[in-house]
Amino acid sequence: MRIVFKTSYDADIRLFKHGPQAFWYLLLLAVAIALPFLIGEFWLGEFTSMLVWAIAGMGLMLLVGHTGQASLGHAAFLAVGAYANVLLQLKLGLPFLLSLPLAGVAAGIAGALIAIPTTKLHGIYMAIATLAISILTEDIIVILAPWTGGVNGLFAPDIEIFGYGFNRYGNITGMYWLYLAITVLIVLAYRNILRSPLGRSFFAVRDSEISAQAMGVNVPRTRTLAFALSCAITGIAGALMGHFSGIFNNETFNIVISITMLLMIVIGGVGFIQGAFVGAIVIVFLPQAISFSRDALSGIFGGSGPSIPGLESGLFGAILILVILFEPMGIYGRWLKIRTYFELFPFYRRDMFRRQKSYLKTERMR
Amino acid sequence: MDALQLLVSGLANGCVYGLIAMGFVLIYKATEAINFAQGDMMMLGAFVALGLTNEHYMHLPFWLSVPITLIILGIIGYLIDAVLLRRLFGQSQIAVVILTIALGFVARFAAGAIWGHEPQSLESPLAGLDVRFAGLVLGMDELWVVIVTVLLTVGLYFFFARTKLGVAMQAASQNQMAAYYMGISVKRIHSLVWALAGVVAAIAGILFASKGSIDPSTGLLGIKAFAAAVIGGLGSLPGALLGGIIIGLVEPFSARYLGGDLARLMPYLILVLILLFRPHGILSQIQTKKV
Repeated sequence: MRIVFKTSYDADIRLFKHGPQAFWYLLLLAVAIALPFLIGEFWLGEFTSMLVWAIAGMGLMLLVGHTGQASLGHAAFLAVGAYANVLLQLKLGLPFLLSLPLAGVAAGIAGALIAIPTTKLHGIYMAIATLAISILTEDIIVILAPWTGGVNGLFAPDIEIFGYGFNRYGNITGMYWLYLAITVLIVLAYRNILRSPLGRSFFAVRDSEISAQAMGVNVPRTRTLAFALSCAITGIAGALMGHFSGIFNNETFNIVISITMLLMIVIGGVGFIQGAFVGAIVIVFLPQAISFSRDALSGIFGGSGPSIPGLESGLFGAILILVILFEPMGIYGRWLKIRTYFELFPFYRRDMFRRQKSYLKTERMR
Repeated sequence: MDALQLLVSGLANGCVYGLIAMGFVLIYKATEAINFAQGDMMMLGAFVALGLTNEHYMHLPFWLSVPITLIILGIIGYLIDAVLLRRLFGQSQIAVVILTIALGFVARFAAGAIWGHEPQSLESPLAGLDVRFAGLVLGMDELWVVIVTVLLTVGLYFFFARTKLGVAMQAASQNQMAAYYMGISVKRIHSLVWALAGVVAAIAGILFASKGSIDPSTGLLGIKAFAAAVIGGLGSLPGALLGGIIIGLVEPFSARYLGGDLARLMPYLILVLILLFRPHGILSQIQTKKV
């Protein structure tokens, strides 16, 4: 167990808690940068996709994990980001470096416009409203076919920065580094939001709205801001997703994607930035793991392995059920528990991470 | 006459939505949780009935397979609560929502693996018969849907208002602690209400499968039914039926007069408007919150 001796108030909100922590994260970054030299192009593509999902997960994590509001409709903001980015490039001829942040801003504004009425709603009703918005967005994309291409979809042009082109098939290494840089920037921004008074007001709202209000936090304003920031990050992820897949239409951002995003961060660990990454790893590499183990099985038993349609989502559901039942803090939460166990070695108790149970009361009269 | 025909078919569709919505309401009424797998439970009910009845599978007589289906789905509902949800007792509502979404994924996979992904329809004696009445052509199946739905709504309404078990279920939802102190076995009540929701889902499934074809992704219809439950007011059984009928009627009429794209949008547009202006539904049962 490391005891951090705090000698100033800044020690509470430092970017890294102590030196070794900074060392491990910088080592991780170094490995991530060196990755193109270590693995082949196919796996590099998968890792790039993982980064995109992780950014989307971070967007949702800010809302669900750190402000305590469930959203079942974040695919809508992925869509806003993706379409805004490509349309700004195609119709206005803006460069990628300008259109990407503007796509984030567009998604953020869309989020704020939706948040102003919906933040009145609480808990489950908020989730319902966002679910409806996600479904509506899918249909609105079809109705706005003159701009969005409707069901035929929209082609994303290659990313070009100062004459240097990035393309999934031509230059995956460059694309990976570009996406990695964007991911690191977003992680830093996210960490800094959480360290600022704004981020701490998010925590306060999550833990108890009434107490937050009593401490002088403007709850509706905070919730609206959290929603807008979350949508902005998600919008950037959507723009990157558009460039990565090359073509997208209304189906790319359907309700199943919204739900998958929520499930992803739950598997990873709600309330931790790292959870978004763990969840993204599960989402992206689960199909690979299934096909890999199928090949391995058919290698042992001979013949071609059985191909079962829908196995992926079935297995995903089963993993999720296990996580919810046995590890509500997600995979990252389990890792924290294991680490704490070894750090405190003989003194770890099972109830250290126990949460307060709450018993339901309703406001219904009948 | 044309509008009248639309009205009738919309009513029948609306009743199916209402039936699924009733499953949501039942569970919400007793446990304050939302079962996002309700649509998938309906799909399972339809497939179980189909597996028992159709010539291709077990080929039992229809009237025998219906009660068996209801019992099987009741058991499935009971087990879902007793095995899985009971462990989440005392955790947030969102955890239950996520768990039931995951259950939906698993149910869709299981149904696909057992019965295949091709659309199939139930060989029911209700299908294909027509009743002509004052120039209108009514499908026998549609008539049945309406009759069964109305009977079920009335029955469940009295169940909650008059019987001891129904009142206990309401008590369990209003204040779990207080209900427990009054000697109500809250956990068993929860499991029973899940069993009841399973039975209602099976009825909806059988009616739906004899009206048209089903495949494992039919369960996604649950989202529309969920909209119906919220429009009517979560926690109100007549509200669920009302919401279902509203959606069932709005769909064909807007498809006719506004075009297909807008028609698909309508149910959710109504849902958003309701949430904005009357968040607890048309037949709301919530009074303004006092702090």
